[in-house]
Amino acid sequence: MHPASIQGEKMEVAYYPGCTLKTNAKDFEETAIKVFELIGIEFKELDKWYCCGTVYSLATDNLMYRLAGIRNLIRAKEEGYEKLLTLCSICYNTLKQANLMAKSDKEAMEKINAFMDEEPDYDGSVDVIHPLQLIDKKFYEIKERVKKPLNKKYAAYYGCLLLRPKEVAIDEYENPSIMERLIEAMGGEAINFPLKNECCGSYNVAVNREAVIERTYRIVLNAKKNGADGIITSCPLCHFNLQEMQKEVKKIHSDFSGLPVYYFTEIMAEAFGVKNEGR
Amino acid sequence: MARKDKKEEKLKMKMVRIYIMGKEYKVPEGLTIMKAMEYAGYRYIRGAGCRAGFCGACATVYRKEGEYKLNADLACQTTVEDGMYLVQLPFTPANKATYDVNKIKADDKTLVNFYPEIARCVSCNTCTKACPQELEVMDYIQSALRGDMKKTAELSFDCIQCGLCAMRCPAEIAHYHVAQLARRLYGKYLMPKAEHLEKRVNEIKRKRFDEEIGKMMKRNIEELRKMYNARDIEPEEEEEPKREGD
Repeated sequence: MHPASIQGEKMEVAYYPGCTLKTNAKDFEETAIKVFELIGIEFKELDKWYCCGTVYSLATDNLMYRLAGIRNLIRAKEEGYEKLLTLCSICYNTLKQANLMAKSDKEAMEKINAFMDEEPDYDGSVDVIHPLQLIDKKFYEIKERVKKPLNKKYAAYYGCLLLRPKEVAIDEYENPSIMERLIEAMGGEAINFPLKNECCGSYNVAVNREAVIERTYRIVLNAKKNGADGIITSCPLCHFNLQEMQKEVKKIHSDFSGLPVYYFTEIMAEAFGVKNEGR
Repeated sequence: MARKDKKEEKLKMKMVRIYIMGKEYKVPEGLTIMKAMEYAGYRYIRGAGCRAGFCGACATVYRKEGEYKLNADLACQTTVEDGMYLVQLPFTPANKATYDVNKIKADDKTLVNFYPEIARCVSCNTCTKACPQELEVMDYIQSALRGDMKKTAELSFDCIQCGLCAMRCPAEIAHYHVAQLARRLYGKYLMPKAEHLEKRVNEIKRKRFDEEIGKMMKRNIEELRKMYNARDIEPEEEEEPKREGD
């Protein structure tokens, strides 16, 4: 369907979906699989995988909450993969931090390996990656694939989980620019967006909605004032908070007019001319 | 004489020590846990059913002397070993959701809505280790969490509802009830319908076979036997030659 001018290596990468990508964020998964295949990256879903654990436990002495992450990495290794890719920022952060612990905390890993005595010992050898980290290598392919240049202004919203703690950051943790480069490569304009790495409020939406409404107001307003036509993200929870809480913001600030929120793969599908294809 | 033989046989029989709820008994080697408990004088009123490993009534937990691991199994299927510490679990006090399967939908949130505890799974795998049917229990709970009804139904198909998974789970999940709901929903709403069955049920409803049955009901047993032996056995259609060619 496209000229064979596209070079670059085809690659297969182990793919960990996570529960949300199979339920609330199906759009994210569908568009991601499609657009990455177009730039030569095929996602191979793991045969077996489990909930990542949702948040990386900060209680250092409660190793029970580390089991899920480690067990997923063991599955990837068992299937012969050295890299494991995941789309959801939360899954990325949880698995990446679990692997970081596996590499650096011998004492904790001894306990975990002893507890999971039905599994082979894990040594931290599976590298957890986010697809945005592959963007720079695929610049040429991305530009080649663009059928409908975006011609819009986007605010690239990173939130915290792709950047913090800095050991797991996919880019410069204070001033990331991967998504901006992606936007520009597809003929869009990436606006200056100072709040791109502010937290959206995360799971506080369940217990302290006001805090998340307030954050949504600040973040969306900041994007809007800088001229954005839309916001892009890679996190289903950021997406939910920033999108759904805008309705609540409008109840408080009647002059507030919102912005649409997209997964970065949705604007890729748009630019590649494959949005809503085959659905 | 016969009595003496029996006695001698008994003397030759190798005995093993078991501990039933902490009390020591000597029982013949080779008995199942269930038979050994009966030998020791216990009588099952609850917690025994088919005695063949299918009904799931005789959940049992044991530890072997010198080991730290707790084992879970069925009392009717497991043979006693010397130094076994035993206890029976005739009932599991697990929550069971109330629903009318005709009125609920099978979407990716149904299972987690009825059983929100499944979101507490930390992937410790203790349920899988406890399952006497050797099912991948943790895997079907994880499938349930992401709304994969088909996988949950398929992975749990051989569940006998003994409840041992639920008793061992640190997250207090009632695995076997979750799986049962998944199988019901999968069977009712998601599996392809068997068209030939529906056709036949309609034929029965339209009384297509009533006359024939009526005639048979009037015959005596000898006539029925003759008819049975002389019955037409339908040749397999179409598929037959294919099968031979396999």
